[in-house]
Amino acid sequence: MDYLLTEEQQMIVDTAREIADEKILPRRAELDEKNEFPTDILQDMARADLFGIFVPEQYGGFGGGCFEIVLALEQLARGCVGVATSYAASALGIFPVLIAGSESMKEKYMPDIAAGRKWAAFGLTEANAGSDASGVQTTAVLDGDEWVLNGTKQWITNGGESQIYSIVAITDPSKGARGASIFIVEDGDPGFSYGKKENKMGIRASATRELIMNDCRIPRDRLVGRQGTGFITVMKTLDVSRPGIASLGVGLAQAALDEAVTYAKQRIQFGKPIISFQAVQHMLADMAIQLEAARALVYAAARHIDNNPRNMSKASSMCKVFATDMAMKVTTDAVQVLGGYGYMKEYPVEKMMRDAKILQIYEGTNQIQRNVVGQELNREYTI
Amino acid sequence: MNIIVCIKQVPDTKDVRLDPKTNTMAREGVASIMNPFDRHALEEAVRIKEEAGGTVTAISMGPPQAEAVLREAISCGADEGVLISDRAFAGADTWATSYTLARAITSLGSFDLVLCGKQAIDGDTAQVGPGLACQLDRPYVTCVQKIRSLAGGEMVVERMMDDGFDVVRLPLPALLTVVKNINEPRVPSLRGKMKAKKAEIKVLTAADIGAEKECIGLAGSPTQVVSVFTPPPRGNRTVFTGTVEEQIEQLVERLKAYL
Repeated sequence: MDYLLTEEQQMIVDTAREIADEKILPRRAELDEKNEFPTDILQDMARADLFGIFVPEQYGGFGGGCFEIVLALEQLARGCVGVATSYAASALGIFPVLIAGSESMKEKYMPDIAAGRKWAAFGLTEANAGSDASGVQTTAVLDGDEWVLNGTKQWITNGGESQIYSIVAITDPSKGARGASIFIVEDGDPGFSYGKKENKMGIRASATRELIMNDCRIPRDRLVGRQGTGFITVMKTLDVSRPGIASLGVGLAQAALDEAVTYAKQRIQFGKPIISFQAVQHMLADMAIQLEAARALVYAAARHIDNNPRNMSKASSMCKVFATDMAMKVTTDAVQVLGGYGYMKEYPVEKMMRDAKILQIYEGTNQIQRNVVGQELNREYTI
Repeated sequence: MNIIVCIKQVPDTKDVRLDPKTNTMAREGVASIMNPFDRHALEEAVRIKEEAGGTVTAISMGPPQAEAVLREAISCGADEGVLISDRAFAGADTWATSYTLARAITSLGSFDLVLCGKQAIDGDTAQVGPGLACQLDRPYVTCVQKIRSLAGGEMVVERMMDDGFDVVRLPLPALLTVVKNINEPRVPSLRGKMKAKKAEIKVLTAADIGAEKECIGLAGSPTQVVSVFTPPPRGNRTVFTGTVEEQIEQLVERLKAYL
């Protein structure tokens, strides 16, 4: 379907797609097998100016918004969701600076981000704070001209590979959810180290590690925005980034559908290509329908968000839930269509099915997303 | 360093079918692309520029629609694109093409290096690079897989052979034709694409480049393509196996039987 992209938006699609076809596709199986971080591919993406898409022009970027990120991520995800997640997580990690950081903070970090010279990561999750993000226990205490951070973040995407980390820490325990703030911790800061690399079911090209802050001392100006506004910034960050995750689902499902249809046309059983059989055809049709519906919803949500509405949470959560549940179903069905071959690692669909699962879990589980939509509905209607 | 890259727009031969009646390529509806070998030449030129400074000028002899590959070249890092286009160039064989490109390059001013792809995927002659070098009266090396050094007015390159490579030194200005394993071309950047969109592609006619009528196009072509066909399969064949030495022994024995 024609989504009426502008010329610049089409350029972004073409560039991201070329990266996916030329640089990601040939290596995705190897990266998955070896649990290997795609440093070279991220550098190719940097050279192609993809990291600058969402950065304002004054810092060396293209001034694009949520929709442009969605377009890029969809194409990258067609190559590999692990590689695409590494890009998405860097954007997620720097959004707090864009949303709440001071002008001098933006001037310090955004040019390197736009050029892809440095990458970011988002440090919110802890062992006792997943869906219940307010359960964060990492603390930040002001000592003279330095903040001292103590705590451990768990399962941080790009942990150990990025240079810039947005860390959510409690600055005032007495204030509960209003007592959290966000800090920028940089690779090399004293007292900051990484845990071991996690061994995951899918998105294995993406590096996931603990972040350990042990009397980690950072300069005072590393505070992002005002003290106590941490969770407000987190919510705004997630509102803008969730469509990106939804877009990973769309790209992944497209890749899976492409494999399934191509296979069904070639595989001959009972004297015909299996696409001739209604059972298979209906499966493929349902996959295609759900995929297009998801794409349309994600694009609509992204455009809505870029229009600066008062409320973006419902749209953001809706598209995340729908597209990621869809991706899980479509990739599973793709394995089914490929039958025994689908189960073998020589064929790309089993990896796609393994990659899909995390999309339903991270950046807010799909259960949390439904909470958000439900609460918004409750708020919208007056009796 | 002032570098010229010769680029040809060719049909995407992956998609081309042979017309069974005429035995020529059926070109309708086939997308036009930048000749893949030329893409590698362009990438090498841009890399040299990034290291040593200078400019990269992409040139192409072709019909008006060849402008597209020159814009693509700019999106991949070329500083400018020049289209050499004139009805009088039509029907040119590789010799007339070499002459035309040489006249164009000479008219652009001085250069340090000309880079070409090894061959075009539609003609497959691999003749234009060497022909151009001869027309420019400059030294050349073909099938370059690596530029080892480039300094002090000379360069050292590796020329790919069937069983290894030669190392060759040559003075600048020179011409090289390159093979695919010389580099991995970058994906054109967003900035590059925007620059390409706005770029003005200069068009040079036969008069602009001072080309003599009898040296260009059909008139300037000593050779003529009479027909293009897939040769029929050859019939019986034997494949020799074993080490190279063993295969040579078997081959010699077979050949002796014919003496």
